[in-house]
Amino acid sequence: MLLLGQLAGCGRAQLQPAGPISAAERKILLDSIVIMLAIVIPTIIATLGVAWWFRSSNPRARRQPDFVYSGRVELIVWSIPALVIIFLGGIAWIGSHDLDPAQPLPAKAAPLDIQVVSLDWKWLFIYPKLGIASVNRLVVPAGVPLHLVLTSASVWNVFWVPQLGSMLYCMSGMAGTLYLEADHPGVYRGESAMISGDGFADMHFDTEAVRRSQFDAWVASTRSAGPALDDAAYRELLHQSVPPHPYTYRAVRPGLFADIVMLKLPPGDGPRGGVANVQPVGLR
Amino acid sequence: MTLLGRLTWQAIPFHEPLPLFSGLGVLITVVAILAWVVAKGYVPYLWREWITSVDHKRIGVMYCILASVMLLRGFIDAIMMRTQQVMAYDAPGFLPPSHFDQVFSAHGTIMIFFVAMPFVIGLMNLVVPLQLGVRDVAFPTLNSVSFWLTAAGALLVNLSLVIGEFDRMGWLPYPPLSELRYSPGVGVDYYCWSLQISGVGTLMTGINFVTTILKLRAPGMHYTRMPMFCWTALASNLLIVAAFPVLTATLAMLLLDRYVGFHFFTDTAGGNSMMFMNLIWAWGHPEVYILALPAFGIYSEVVSTFSCKPLFGYRSMIYATMAICIISFMVWLHHFFTMGAGADVNSIFGIASMIIAVPTGVKIFNWLFTMYGGYVRFRTPMLWSIGFIVTFAIGGLTGVLLAVPPADFQLHNSLFLVAHFHNVIIGAVIFGAFAGYTYWFPKAFGFVLDERLGKWAFWLWLIGFWVAWGPGYVLGLEGMTRRLQHYDVAEWHPWLVVAEGGVVIILLGIIAQIAQIVVSVRTREQRRDVTGDPWDGRNLEWATASPPPAFNFAVLPDVTDQEPYWDMKARAREIGQLTRPEPRYEPIHMPRNSPTGFVTAFLAVVTGFALIWHIWWLVLLGLAGAYATFVVFAWRDHDEELIPAEEVARIDRANRAARSAALQHRQLRRETQRESAE
Amino acid sequence: MSAPTTALRTGRDPYHIGHAPAAGVPEYTGHGAGGPAPKRIVVGYGFWIFILSDVILFSCFFATYTVLIHARNGGPGPQEIFDLHGTALETACLLLSSFACGLTSLAVARRNLLWSEIFLAVTGLLGAAFIGLEVHEFYGLVARGDGPTRSAFLTSFFALVGCHGAHVTAGLLWLGTMMAQFPAKGFKASIRHRYLCFSLFWHALDIIWIGIFTVVYLIGKITP
Repeated sequence: MLLLGQLAGCGRAQLQPAGPISAAERKILLDSIVIMLAIVIPTIIATLGVAWWFRSSNPRARRQPDFVYSGRVELIVWSIPALVIIFLGGIAWIGSHDLDPAQPLPAKAAPLDIQVVSLDWKWLFIYPKLGIASVNRLVVPAGVPLHLVLTSASVWNVFWVPQLGSMLYCMSGMAGTLYLEADHPGVYRGESAMISGDGFADMHFDTEAVRRSQFDAWVASTRSAGPALDDAAYRELLHQSVPPHPYTYRAVRPGLFADIVMLKLPPGDGPRGGVANVQPVGLR
Repeated sequence: MTLLGRLTWQAIPFHEPLPLFSGLGVLITVVAILAWVVAKGYVPYLWREWITSVDHKRIGVMYCILASVMLLRGFIDAIMMRTQQVMAYDAPGFLPPSHFDQVFSAHGTIMIFFVAMPFVIGLMNLVVPLQLGVRDVAFPTLNSVSFWLTAAGALLVNLSLVIGEFDRMGWLPYPPLSELRYSPGVGVDYYCWSLQISGVGTLMTGINFVTTILKLRAPGMHYTRMPMFCWTALASNLLIVAAFPVLTATLAMLLLDRYVGFHFFTDTAGGNSMMFMNLIWAWGHPEVYILALPAFGIYSEVVSTFSCKPLFGYRSMIYATMAICIISFMVWLHHFFTMGAGADVNSIFGIASMIIAVPTGVKIFNWLFTMYGGYVRFRTPMLWSIGFIVTFAIGGLTGVLLAVPPADFQLHNSLFLVAHFHNVIIGAVIFGAFAGYTYWFPKAFGFVLDERLGKWAFWLWLIGFWVAWGPGYVLGLEGMTRRLQHYDVAEWHPWLVVAEGGVVIILLGIIAQIAQIVVSVRTREQRRDVTGDPWDGRNLEWATASPPPAFNFAVLPDVTDQEPYWDMKARAREIGQLTRPEPRYEPIHMPRNSPTGFVTAFLAVVTGFALIWHIWWLVLLGLAGAYATFVVFAWRDHDEELIPAEEVARIDRANRAARSAALQHRQLRRETQRESAE
Repeated sequence: MSAPTTALRTGRDPYHIGHAPAAGVPEYTGHGAGGPAPKRIVVGYGFWIFILSDVILFSCFFATYTVLIHARNGGPGPQEIFDLHGTALETACLLLSSFACGLTSLAVARRNLLWSEIFLAVTGLLGAAFIGLEVHEFYGLVARGDGPTRSAFLTSFFALVGCHGAHVTAGLLWLGTMMAQFPAKGFKASIRHRYLCFSLFWHALDIIWIGIFTVVYLIGKITP
């Protein structure tokens, strides 16, 4: 019943999809709930009803103290859950294959490549083809498939933009592939879904889906100002810190992401590297 | 190298008033209790009757006491977390991240390892040998060692409150965050060593109970006559034996990484952190069923007793239990669908996880049909059971939902997941523990708990749970991830306030439970259970006195039926007298008390503490002490003592007389009823 | 009157937990309906289950070894570090030690103190020789800079083989205790049960070593 209430309430995140992946996942989520509720609600009602009707003080109940086995009942109690699970298993199988994070989206346009690096405690988004990078702010064109490659430069994190869809682990020394797409312009909250240390609670970012023309303007303005992301600048990022504002890099050293994944650049140095002067909110 | 290793005054949190004062408060309470015990002269009694006891009933009671005390500790953590999240909307709250992270880690660790585990193991200790109709477990001294090692682990976890820190990355320390590079402090070491120590205890419990259930049963008790609780205990202990070595190995690898620079899970030199994930969940998922299966067994006993009917579909229940036992080893990957293992792997593990829902669903239907046609009595244990079925049906639903990989992609590590496992751990395991506690309390102590306060506790817990964790589901669907020390999303705040209200309701439930104990103890003379059978029970634990004598049964019962005690009672009612004539009493050998467990645990605490703080001389001393204990234990000649036949006869005759009187009384009442009906 | 004498007089297994067999029930087997099993069976059975759990512990280390075998971090692989001659000698020591352990079992069954002690000593010496060879191998590797901290592969190798070595060392401690107990306590039931467990443990370590010899050393020699 609570579940029904919350469905009616309709949260702002996963249940308000802004892209094809999250829309498909919401459909699977709601379908599965409805299928199971069809069994669970009658079971709960039957449990309460049977318990109440056969209360010892009810003179009208027909007692059958020897009713301890019935082949017919056994058949039903094994087959009902089994059938539900066969049905749901089908949904899981098809859904897993259709919505595999590494599955490219049907291309309306060429996908935009983005390399995601989780750091202590910030997100670095590299646009390899555009040669720019952004920290704690992901700007993407709406209506264009996003080809995200994820890694971590320190501990594990989970990249998650609930309104766009699937989350995926960012792991050091590995690169995960995730395809997402934003249908409409808007600002969607992105976060890390896995504890990564003291600054974890501040490890969120805004995903801004904008029109193509606005995106191009953003790229142009980013290229024209700000620092460049070379190895020295990257080493600064490795210190544990929470940047107070998002910012961008006008240029990125080519091959930086590959070097991070291949561990040619050192991983984050943890608390022993000293905490940069920017403290997490909670530490202030 | 210093004499005290890494231990310095900085380990005491003088600059953090909250842990300092709470630690001091606990310390003063413990010292006060100890002083009171010493002053009252209870020490010899406690030493003789409890600390060195190898009696499975005493050990079971001590397990349950440990679990209850730790439940309070873990619950205080829960209150702190909920309060922090209420206060921390766009604000730092009262717990800094370093402290908040320790609080949720300690909460999870304590609730699983030192509340749920000891509670179910305690109830198994108390009940399984009685239900099997035997005098003790297979290895009584080992049983005592198991308990004391568990207590040693719990002590180490609590020590981290005042000396040093606890782990800060949740109840499972995922590398690389748990590696030395990112967690140089002692927190992870406290976690690993306390779990290694208690884990050894749990493993020995598993070995002990598998052997007990398979090799020590009353004559005539075939496998298909074993009570359901024994079956689930068997399944649970088989899982312990098969899963806990994996935990031991995994934590050993992490410790090797941290202490001597190995590279199992590091992010450098070729270490593989995904391997930790696979190993820890190869233990972690069976662990869920180690807890849940005995709880299912308790519900089976309770529903059958309070419906005055045998369990419906007994064999079906056995198949379901063993199916869960086996499948639980094949589903671990569902804890990390979002690692990107690929569609085939994900869907195979997803479907395997869903398959567990089939035997579980069968169990629910079988409990339903057990009530069907019975005389359902709404005593407190029965209320917990019905509350469980309703709560667990929803928890199972969300569990199957999380097993659908594409749905999990949007729910994993969110509060939806957290709400789900609280739904099943509280709704199944904790409710089950409370049902079992109320149900078997008279067996352990000889008097029945207060019903009115018990029902209050039930309703407060049930409502409190849903008020606390219903919002968890909503928050998960609103994209709130777990373990957030603060947040700035306005929509989350009201739900977190509601959840805090739920915690307050649960707190009232806990107060009701404490009041229930106090009231019941004070009025125990009115609540005496003289016959040993307060609920009109069906299995052998009710066939002996409450509390049972040290030897449980003067003569081992002959089992001729699936519900041996019900069968005996039915025949006794037919012939109007006890079925068995007074037996020829013989002297009984019982295992002697032994301080081995207590000494081992003491040495384990010392060694563990020394390892955490790198005090190497003390480590060597502790290990040498452990070996010396082993030799001394191996050297003793008299490990049994004899209870003389007269003593056995005296105890048994008293119980026979009480039962005989009760039988006459019931007979009389039935005849009166019949006459008045005519 | 002490417990064992009562038991001797009545001819019962003094270590049972349970009651004497009723008339018509010849022997409690512990299978199904027979009633509680005698202590000998219970102890052996419990120890078997412990060994199974230990095998699972080892299987975790085997699994990590096979996962990490190619994670060399620029360091040596199995072909470069294994010396099959030394390992063959180790294997011979351990197998002969198990044989001696079997001979001890026969001597214990005949209640022969002298031969029990001699064979136990042989078992222990061969076990100690095994440990010595293993320590030698480890020392050589560490001295060359190929210690467990060099790479994940070496980590898993040292952990797996070292875990077995630690078990053998613990077994040697136990063996020493048993050698002291036979003369001090005689061949009473509890000591014999303990020896039964020890021999199970010792043979199990042998079986695990065969696994290590095959998976680590033999297959390692043909692993690129």
